[in-house]
Amino acid sequence: MTATRASYLDWNANAPMREEAIAAVNAALGRAGNPSSVHGYGRRARQAVNVARDAIAKLVNAAPEEVVFTSGGTEANNLALRGFPTRRVMVSAIEHESALAAATAVDGSRIPVTGKGVVDLLALAQMLAADPRPALVSVMFANNETGVVQPVAEAAQIAHRHGALFHCDAVQGPGKLPVDFRAIDADLMTISAHKIGGPMGSGALILRRDLAIEPLVKGGGQERGRRGGTENFPGIVGFGKAAAIALEDMEAARDVAALRDVAERHLLALAPDAIVFGREAPRLPNTLCIAMPRVASATQVIALDLAGVMVSAGAACSSGKVTRSHVLDAMGVAPAIAECAIRISLGWSTTGAEIDHLIEAWGALYARTRASAA
Amino acid sequence: MTAAIARKPNQPPVYLDYQATTPCDPRVVEAMLPWFTEKFGNPASVTHAYGREAEAAVEAARAQVASIVKAEPREIIFTSGATEANNLAVKGALRFHRQFGKDHMVTLVTEHKCVIESARAMEREGCRVTFLPVEPSGLVDLKKLEAALEEKTALVSVMAAHNEIGVIQPLAEIGALCRARGILFHSDAAQAVGKIPTDVDAMSIDLLSISGHKIYGPKGIGALYVRRRPRARIEPLIDGGGQERGLRSGTLPTPLCVGFGVAVALAEAEMRGEAPRLLALRQRFLNGLRQKLPRVQLNGDAEQRLPGNLNLSFPGTPALDLMAACPGLALSTGSACTAAEVEPSFVLRALGHPPELAASSLRIGLGRFSTEAEVDYAIEALAAAVKELGARPVTSALARAT
Repeated sequence: MTATRASYLDWNANAPMREEAIAAVNAALGRAGNPSSVHGYGRRARQAVNVARDAIAKLVNAAPEEVVFTSGGTEANNLALRGFPTRRVMVSAIEHESALAAATAVDGSRIPVTGKGVVDLLALAQMLAADPRPALVSVMFANNETGVVQPVAEAAQIAHRHGALFHCDAVQGPGKLPVDFRAIDADLMTISAHKIGGPMGSGALILRRDLAIEPLVKGGGQERGRRGGTENFPGIVGFGKAAAIALEDMEAARDVAALRDVAERHLLALAPDAIVFGREAPRLPNTLCIAMPRVASATQVIALDLAGVMVSAGAACSSGKVTRSHVLDAMGVAPAIAECAIRISLGWSTTGAEIDHLIEAWGALYARTRASAA
Repeated sequence: MTAAIARKPNQPPVYLDYQATTPCDPRVVEAMLPWFTEKFGNPASVTHAYGREAEAAVEAARAQVASIVKAEPREIIFTSGATEANNLAVKGALRFHRQFGKDHMVTLVTEHKCVIESARAMEREGCRVTFLPVEPSGLVDLKKLEAALEEKTALVSVMAAHNEIGVIQPLAEIGALCRARGILFHSDAAQAVGKIPTDVDAMSIDLLSISGHKIYGPKGIGALYVRRRPRARIEPLIDGGGQERGLRSGTLPTPLCVGFGVAVALAEAEMRGEAPRLLALRQRFLNGLRQKLPRVQLNGDAEQRLPGNLNLSFPGTPALDLMAACPGLALSTGSACTAAEVEPSFVLRALGHPPELAASSLRIGLGRFSTEAEVDYAIEALAAAVKELGARPVTSALARAT
């Protein structure tokens, strides 16, 4: 192994940008033009924003006017969950930190999940039936740590039956699986640019066109009064390019699934006591959440990092502390096992060599720890 | 239109809207590019090398931003822009302090829309807001400001340099009034930082909003300075992974942070030369125009003013007609945020201008890439257009609107 060998397998934290998106951002950066200005510079920026808006709407089968640009998924989740002050908020226990924290800020409640990592629809129906106040239900499209795809269309149906609105955090959906705002029948949906090959700092809330929302960031009336602030038009343009490519390149998702399955098979063959989470449920094609029992997550990610393999011990947020996953906790995984889990996530440019690199490094660590334990 | 003022076919219009936004400086773009391409780690992914190099770059940018306002790096909270920073400051401060009975804020009628809208939102949440008028110069009367402060005042929010009329408020004096009473002082410095010296200690500023794209940095990034000693306490607007000391969650956009940092560093290094250059261009513009159009009026204080800003009234010539008659110039009537509105600028109305005079006013923003030749061209174009429009019967947008 050479020291410079680097394998990036943390795509659920951040995907590298698509070449075309980089080119689009680069071209837009040097141009003046506030999309709200009425002169030619402003009008051209506005046009570029509208082209991107169309592409993003198409990616999730929504209407362009339903796209509200934000600074990213976290802001979009906060906008969605804080945007209906008269509704009580219910979020699944495995949501991203941004949805959980926003829900906590508005005294929201948690919907439990099953041991397979799937939101408990029966519990959702019971919680809705138990309290007649109007609600807002939020369930993610697919979990960022385990990759488990959630029954969001069913959840939306249950929510609507009880007069509730349904929000879907689909940050981990597009580019990995088809995501259809209409087919899910969501009222609100969060998407993020930097998870699909667009730039960091751009995201969107898809908002059903007849819904009025209380804005989080007020300003000059941009985004039809739903989100103030000068539009980040280079970011939006890059987001639009990435969205267009994500829609065309669904083939890539199939290749990724094959590589992920190779990794999973090999790791389980190397380590008969390893545990893969979410395996009994439909999963994103790119995500593998696996525990190497009796070796702490932090030890694993450090050892892999030293070997040049970049993975994570869960979501990449806040302090950098490696804490036990709230997702695995909610699934009822024993703490001793959950503390030994890592997340491996792949993307369209992941190679077989990178997967070999992972298997080699992970296998070496496993052999080392088992030898020293023996 | 006369041939003398037509731009050549392939020449883009002269950009005179530097207060709406600025192009990214090529040096900024160059610094950003590697972070879009090969260096793509999430700065919170400290478990691996790509994440750590992104984190280091974000921290270097934070130090650059802190330096220009004389703050400490850990007092800088990255946001998606000055609008978000202003929302965070106003809503965050009032939401935190009202639990201790401090439910009042003082601001000016001429603040940026996002401050006014945030204040209005807090009124709907039960807080009280005093919107102070300004003098005809656009400056606040410190005595009136002092008289508006109450026991229960939590926050004073006053823009450092105005986005439409360019006036620079007496920040140090306002800061001293607030500090003596234990009131938080927030300043929207989106137009000021990088153009005029801004010192959070000397000016007793507790919260300060900064923008990337107003100083040749990228759009989609800004910052709120939040004082640590004495600590300015605010509630977050956006919760989540706990980034930015829990005050602003969300993945930090590394390339935007890097570009913002470089833009700030360039502005800090070049301000000393840039400010007098822009001031000279501004004087050239004003003097040249006045020679041809003696009735032109300058709006806002002539001295306490951003070097690159002019706001001019052309009595009898509706601004929208004037803009239409000058296709070679990229101009605005005021804030881009409200550019689509037909109403004349609320800021100029607040200076006491009658509606027809307010509707005859243009904002002219000069910046880093403005040249003498562009200024001379703009003078010719505006003067010719005013004379031509003056010879025509009134069929203006204003006449249609009223």
